[in-house]
Amino acid sequence: MATEYFLRMGDGAKIFMSKEDIMADIEAGCADAADLGDIPSLSEDEMEKMLDIITSPGRIVGVEPGMEVPVTHDIGAIRIDGDQGNSGVGIPASRLVGSMIHERAFGADTMELGHIDYSYKPVKPVISQEQQTMEVCQQNMVIPMLYGAMPNMGLYYTPDGPFENPGDLMKAFKISEAQESIKSAGDHGIRDMVWIMQRLQHVGCDGVNFDTIGAAGDGDMYASLNSIEALRKEFPNMYINAGMAGELVLGMHGELEYDGTVLAGLWPHQQVGLAAKAGANIFGPVCNTNTSKTSAWNLGRSVTFMKSAVEASPIPCHVDMGMGVGGIPMLETPPIDAVTRASKAMVEIAGVDGI
Amino acid sequence: MPIAHIMASGMTGMRAAGDLVARMQFSKSMRIGDAKDFVSKKLGVSNADLSDEYVMREIREELDIGVITSVPGCAKGIAAKMNIEKLLGININCCDKFRETIA
Repeated sequence: MATEYFLRMGDGAKIFMSKEDIMADIEAGCADAADLGDIPSLSEDEMEKMLDIITSPGRIVGVEPGMEVPVTHDIGAIRIDGDQGNSGVGIPASRLVGSMIHERAFGADTMELGHIDYSYKPVKPVISQEQQTMEVCQQNMVIPMLYGAMPNMGLYYTPDGPFENPGDLMKAFKISEAQESIKSAGDHGIRDMVWIMQRLQHVGCDGVNFDTIGAAGDGDMYASLNSIEALRKEFPNMYINAGMAGELVLGMHGELEYDGTVLAGLWPHQQVGLAAKAGANIFGPVCNTNTSKTSAWNLGRSVTFMKSAVEASPIPCHVDMGMGVGGIPMLETPPIDAVTRASKAMVEIAGVDGI
Repeated sequence: MPIAHIMASGMTGMRAAGDLVARMQFSKSMRIGDAKDFVSKKLGVSNADLSDEYVMREIREELDIGVITSVPGCAKGIAAKMNIEKLLGININCCDKFRETIA
């Protein structure tokens, strides 16, 4: 009987597979990404290295000394005081305390402040509170401190927002009306995101993290890229991180463009150039985890997409590796064996500039 | 999970020099190799030393750029960031705002 090694399913469940079966899944995952993105698959040596990482006998693995990269943080201190919906652990603490815990106790390389709803739109009514908290954080902290939130264009559609829901319009075959609604929501989102960040920059914020760009499709990316462009023009030294929601930009509108490029259907290696053109300092490429596949398949697929984005990028790439992305299992407490293996593979094979 | 990433691949922030490398990536869009080269040259250490808590602890205290433990009298917050500005040759927004306030 062949020796079996433990690994994980995309939902986190522990499974056992032979080395040959793990390699077959790595190859299949790489091939899927290569086929979808029309990008090169990993080389045989790279797949062998991934196999070695996955079958490493230790519970935890790490990069070779000297290959460490900065780890940036999304969601802010909500991780400490937030509820389960934000993957928070419910420890009563101010956002300053939560941020300082990340800096002094966790060894975070950067941190961010985030509103409990973690979308830009609901920040508007409480902007003074956010300014005050950012000011106090900047007075006390040493590591780079951004403001982070999701563009979340979904909040701009009925029943939550002023623009008619494009999903409802499409169901009624009102396609051009749906497109108009998406564009209008995007333009409104640009105004909101720029306005919010103008005020936070005024109180000493280091910069901004656009978290989960494209979650509501190409309108979301249209709004984000144009916000980045406007902010870069106004604040030449602002730190700007552009983090994506998925590997593919969904074409909810289908015809929106940035810099002459249609946004719908872009893969990570095609997204990064636009983020850099708009003025982002760092790009956060994403590959979502398939819960029905093994971690070997997901990691092979994810590293293939990320390596291609890193090679195409003119700016640093900090790959998104939270729950359910970047080869990490899709659950709120991803097992550290899977997290550390994905982390090492992403740095040593994909060559990412950060996580 | 973030701690697992930090332990597996991270530069451990103020425990070593992770915040300095991240600042150069953000302020000058430097790729990881360039950012490490830049910071290690400024500190007079090797790139591998940037993630070495033993090496960086003493350097951070000497340069007064913020240390991970609470050392009485060491620069903290904006004071530490003003020393980081001088070290890396960059401007940090909150330091600019602080200078405007006291001008």
